[in-house]
Amino acid sequence: MDLTSIAINEIRQQLTAKKVSAEELVRAHLDRIETADKNVRAYLTLSPERALEQALKIDRMISAGDPLPRLAGVPIGVKDVISTRGLRTTCGSKILENYIPPYDATAVSRLESAGACILGKTNCDEFAMGSSTENSGYFATRNPHDLTRVPGGSSGGSAAAVAANLATVALGSDTGGSIRQPAAFCGVVGMMGTYGRVSRFGLVAFASSLDHIGPFGRSVRDVATVLEVIAGRDPNDSTSADVPVPDYQAALERDVQGLKIGVPKEYFAGLSSKVGDNIQKGIDLLTKLGCKIETINLPHTDYAIACYYIIATAEASSNLARYDGVRYGYRAPEFDDLREMYRKTRDQGFGAEVKRRIMLGTHVLSSGYYDAYYLKAQKVRALIARDFVEAFDDVDIILTPTSPSPAFKLGELVDDPLQMYLADIYTVTADLAGVPGISVPCGKTKDTPQLPIGMQLLAKHFDEEKLLQVAHAFELAGGFEVS
Amino acid sequence: MALTEKDVQYVAELAHLELSEQEVGKFLPQLDSILQYVDKLNQLDTTRVDPMAQVTHPAAQNSSLRSDQPRTTFDQETALANAPERADGCFKVPRVIERE
Repeated sequence: MDLTSIAINEIRQQLTAKKVSAEELVRAHLDRIETADKNVRAYLTLSPERALEQALKIDRMISAGDPLPRLAGVPIGVKDVISTRGLRTTCGSKILENYIPPYDATAVSRLESAGACILGKTNCDEFAMGSSTENSGYFATRNPHDLTRVPGGSSGGSAAAVAANLATVALGSDTGGSIRQPAAFCGVVGMMGTYGRVSRFGLVAFASSLDHIGPFGRSVRDVATVLEVIAGRDPNDSTSADVPVPDYQAALERDVQGLKIGVPKEYFAGLSSKVGDNIQKGIDLLTKLGCKIETINLPHTDYAIACYYIIATAEASSNLARYDGVRYGYRAPEFDDLREMYRKTRDQGFGAEVKRRIMLGTHVLSSGYYDAYYLKAQKVRALIARDFVEAFDDVDIILTPTSPSPAFKLGELVDDPLQMYLADIYTVTADLAGVPGISVPCGKTKDTPQLPIGMQLLAKHFDEEKLLQVAHAFELAGGFEVS
Repeated sequence: MALTEKDVQYVAELAHLELSEQEVGKFLPQLDSILQYVDKLNQLDTTRVDPMAQVTHPAAQNSSLRSDQPRTTFDQETALANAPERADGCFKVPRVIERE
């Protein structure tokens, strides 16, 4: 049995039947990482001791006949913008090359309390700014389906790790699509809950009103399981919602017959048939399962990228002001005074994309421009959010492509930042509106090698159950392999 | 109105970024094209729209603040553990106050 390809359920079965030990499971993953990760480059930092220590704890519980926690023995990767106590956390940046957090993110401590074994920290675009993981200050991760292509971003390392069986599940973060888009590019499931569903405590902030932590998995069930463990009110994050976490597993089995699925015409205008054909097959499958498909309007879609790149960069310029060489992280070796220390530290420590976004954000917040840009963008955000509220008065789920294209080649968009930004067109709206979204595999292209295509489902606030229900039905009916 | 080198320098100053002439030259057209793109928001009439700074769902409204009780978080040693330079239990930085 290939221990690196099995799901959470099977892990549990194998462990409780004593057919495999947690130690063997973790070692199988570490071995696979050693051989395969030199090509994929999903991991930035490995934590074998931490993973094995946890595995041995689980094995002792198994010997003692103790009841096992929810994710006992499950090997997991954690995106490097998420704090792990005592384990280097770089955010994909040189400015934090040697930063060791003194605390765990809430999502991390919940996973470890549930028995998960952290294999390591996965690569990402610097401070989660990017759509390809090429902005990592360290190296680019490759798409396991085609090593000449990007895995997507910014959670490219986590998506690639799960796709390449280098972890059973992984944690990522999503601000403008950074979980959903790499899930689509890598052919795995990636989910972002409602804003406030999962605590952001310990997630290194990029844009505080847009950031989310969420899971990657190879199946909807695995993603639902991880979400249930990490979701829920956290006193350490005042934006985390005091909304009870339902039994997501139970939601999976519900019948989708009669559910109304809205297909927004704005998300299909100008869509290449390469992607559109597969999404249509996905729609056809859901129709066969008894869902009612309806064309809807999300009229402010065309303004979403402009709105997002003003708000996100403004918040980022504020959040990244803390990297000044004073309390942690890189400090420039030479400077004449404090101000020069700040300027040189930041100039030397940050990569180009981060600088670009900080400057944009600073500009749109500066005196004389604040009203024209930032305030205007906040008003447009309200309009975009309202589009969704009105749509969900009518339909249960909204269905869109996750990305206008499958994975592009490494280096293809690095010199054209605006083009790179436009790749987020289908994902930023959910972050702006705060609604939950999931990307599921929806077949592959006819290229050589074949490239995964992702289908996105969105639901209204705190209706993750409906998302998981439809995604699961789609998976069971063979939706991941439509052709 | 197109962005100038002076604008880029000014913004870099506000953001505590020391950019080389080469960097300014590289960023200028990129920032300019992005700002031109985001200008499309002016096509929308938002005179009667309230700005939305944050997603605030009714179900997620937390009206209660925590009680004003002090709690321990990190000890001094832990807080200083990542310091690039430290002295006497403090973060050490270049002199801030001018001396005559």
